[in-house]
Amino acid sequence: MENPGGSSLPAFLELQRTRVLCKADAPTHTEGFQYSGAFAAMGVDTSVSVEKFCSNFKIEINRLTEEDMEFDMIGVDASIANAFRRILISEVPTMAIEKVFMVDNTSVIADEVLSHRLGLIPLDADPRLFEYISDDVPNERNTIVYKLHVSCEKGSQRLTVKSGQLEWLPEGSQLTMASPAQSGDNQRTYTSFGQSQQNTSERPLGVKYKDITIARLGPGQAIELEAHAVKGVGKVHAKWSPVATAWYRMLPEVVLLKEIKDGDAEELVKKCPVNVFDIEDLGNGKKRAVVAKPRACTLCRECVRPTDDQVELRRVRDHFIFTIESTGALPPEVLFTEAVKILEEKCERVISELS
Amino acid sequence: MEHGSLTDSSASTFSIMEEDHTLANSVRFVLNQDPRVAFCGYSIPHPADNKVNIRVQTTGDPAKDVMKDALQDLMVMGQHVRGTFDKAVADFKSKMPAEQMDVDVNQQ
Repeated sequence: MENPGGSSLPAFLELQRTRVLCKADAPTHTEGFQYSGAFAAMGVDTSVSVEKFCSNFKIEINRLTEEDMEFDMIGVDASIANAFRRILISEVPTMAIEKVFMVDNTSVIADEVLSHRLGLIPLDADPRLFEYISDDVPNERNTIVYKLHVSCEKGSQRLTVKSGQLEWLPEGSQLTMASPAQSGDNQRTYTSFGQSQQNTSERPLGVKYKDITIARLGPGQAIELEAHAVKGVGKVHAKWSPVATAWYRMLPEVVLLKEIKDGDAEELVKKCPVNVFDIEDLGNGKKRAVVAKPRACTLCRECVRPTDDQVELRRVRDHFIFTIESTGALPPEVLFTEAVKILEEKCERVISELS
Repeated sequence: MEHGSLTDSSASTFSIMEEDHTLANSVRFVLNQDPRVAFCGYSIPHPADNKVNIRVQTTGDPAKDVMKDALQDLMVMGQHVRGTFDKAVADFKSKMPAEQMDVDVNQQ
């Protein structure tokens, strides 16, 4: 009983199925119809088979820069869009400083606070080139080592320590372990690098932004430390989250329920703080309100207050305006593909566990 | 891990460790699209445990097979999303250089 052109539900049901209505007091029809057989009794199949999904799914990119992007994801259920968002925030791995070896810290910032600040610095290292650290053995495939050695001389001006002063050590740790050294042995350090990291990537594995303030030093104060960065995910600690944030909103739809003319039109245009409406000149002094920029609508609902018989605010249930703000390790478009891959890996894992 | 009945394979609860709403909600959506599914739902028994229970009841087919098909469908959807996205990005980038060159000319 499938009809090719989507569904032939009565208009009011189709509206409830595909839109969220934003009434003046509260939104209605927010839940949607999860069960695909909800309208089976009417001979309408609303299920989303893989074939249907593939033919209806669309992506339109609105903005793409090095650090953020916005795109429209059309024809997808909120559960899938939300899965992508959740994975982006908490499960796409990055590198971040996890261990700090304090040699000297006479600054006013306590060791643990300084370490926390170091952890939050975005690193310009592609996490796909590294492995997760296992058994706590740091080597060139799972650890990046940085050194910070700054001091403020007596009698000089106060000094600001910036993230750019973190120096990458491609050969690994320079700190020797305090264990009694056997003669002839090489001094053991805190990492066991088999080879240099110099050729791991095209760019040096530095920090992404060189102007982040780490600490301030007064005359006579000094900081000397070594920081070890490892691979991790955002659900363990937010410092590993690859996004400043990732979010989506449903596409707003603004509908004029009747023709709004002259004085009423001007009043409506004035009501909207984001200028969704515009006035169309009909000639001989007559004016009519039109919806010019529905995407700008923030659903403040000023236009449906006090009466909602002129305008209806809706949201399209399967159209998401998705925004990703990267912290710098990976460009936003790579982050999204990585997130989708992680969802696929999750499925694969459960399939193999069930077999 | 599957909790079902020895005599009736059409209803099972799948207990998945180290997963959360991310996978469970997506799988529930896909399961709901399958005409063989009579009921499905998921729960997280305790917020501190990394575990989710997905309940599947079918109209007769083994719940395990239906569950596997749903996961397979979700994977195919993911592949399609990735393909569409990569193509959209490539198209967008191929249009970009012209505009960027204009900017450079203006700066000179």
